[in-house]
Amino acid sequence: MSAAPLIRLKGLRKSLGGKEILRGIDLDVARGEVLCVIGPSGSGKSTLVRCINFLEIPDQGTVEFDGAVVHPDESLDQHRARVGMVFQRFNLFPHLSVLDNLTLAPTQVLGLSPDQAASRARSLLDRVGLADRERSFPAEMSGGQQQRVAIARALAMQPQVMLFDEVTSALDPELVGEVLAVMKGLAREGMTMLVVTHQMKFAREVGHRVVFLEGGVVAEEGKPEDVLERPKSGRLKEFLGHFS
Amino acid sequence: MDIHPYLEFVPRALARTAFLTVTSLAIGLVLGLLLGLARVGPVKFLRRAATVYVEVVRGIPLFVLILYIYYGLGSFIGQFWVASPYIYATSAFGLCYAAYIAEIFRAGFQSLDRGQTEAARALGLSRRQAMRHVLLPQAFRNILPALGNEGVALLKDTSLASVVTIAELTQSGKAYASLSYRFFEVWTVVALCYLALTIPLTWGVRKLEARLGVRSAPHTA
Repeated sequence: MSAAPLIRLKGLRKSLGGKEILRGIDLDVARGEVLCVIGPSGSGKSTLVRCINFLEIPDQGTVEFDGAVVHPDESLDQHRARVGMVFQRFNLFPHLSVLDNLTLAPTQVLGLSPDQAASRARSLLDRVGLADRERSFPAEMSGGQQQRVAIARALAMQPQVMLFDEVTSALDPELVGEVLAVMKGLAREGMTMLVVTHQMKFAREVGHRVVFLEGGVVAEEGKPEDVLERPKSGRLKEFLGHFS
Repeated sequence: MDIHPYLEFVPRALARTAFLTVTSLAIGLVLGLLLGLARVGPVKFLRRAATVYVEVVRGIPLFVLILYIYYGLGSFIGQFWVASPYIYATSAFGLCYAAYIAEIFRAGFQSLDRGQTEAARALGLSRRQAMRHVLLPQAFRNILPALGNEGVALLKDTSLASVVTIAELTQSGKAYASLSYRFFEVWTVVALCYLALTIPLTWGVRKLEARLGVRSAPHTA
């Protein structure tokens, strides 16, 4: 087992619409680590995770994965296949059943047979508590159920890391818990996770490390109890004040 | 009313109109899809070319386009290949409707949530796989009513094939009317024949819509 980080971001910069969103991010994510990213809106949290699987191509800086620099002009599909991502708005494929949502990428990208993909999908649906919903369509499910399907869909690719981009922000409050529970289970099993979240309780209980992003740079980072309970900067104190 | 003359020409004319519609629509759909893909695709040259095609073809009356292809281009092509008038007619219809259908496909792709593409690409699907398995099926479902309209419009426009000597419904009606002088009767029959084709077509599209849409209504998060 190497001590090298699974993901290493070096000097990441990204401008969108003429505004510099990321202004030089250096960040390591270790294997098995649960890293929570917090920060005010517009601080670059989403852009940061989207740069890791190149949904946004960084203007400057590098993304290293497993010790190798990922080049955006080479095959990104291969890189993306090993990086799972869950979105704020689920983005399930509405024309496909739950089962087909889970089997599409494994059959198309990994070359699994339909049977292999289906059995993998079923065990994942079981894991997120939706074993009986494989024939449902996304529109027939609650937001919490859809988001759990979305997590299972990402896991069906057996990724080495999971990116969560504010995955509970679009949910009704009473549905947040079921999604966080699935994520907690994943963390317990040792999945490497990068979690953009406003759920401070989750960050404190599940996160191994918390990063406070502000103005496109890492303003503070450390153990959850340090960052969340003993913030150093006035800005972080103010930010955390919104949650208490 | 003596129905024997109608039995003589109506079935044949109906079949010709239907044949013109189906083949022209097939050309229009395939070419329209390709043009629509080009218009939303990553290759700048293809985007430009498709845009120019759509603008030019949409700006020419179909009647003129048929005359242009049959008499204009036909006078060159005829020197080394005697093509059937059906070739000219279906080409003209197909080329014309491809321009409209391309715009429908483009709108269909652009109306899809960006998150669909992102989710597909994030899973490792290539651009092509994402298009085929995620975007196209959804776009197709959304534009089906508009495509149905094009089908009906095309069916009626096939009456223009009469100018290239094809004895489809309108041309046959014209011939029999000028022979029998029963204008009201003949054009009533012709109009009913068109309805006999357009109504089942509309009905079929609606059936297909229901089948594709019934369990996957657009979801609001």
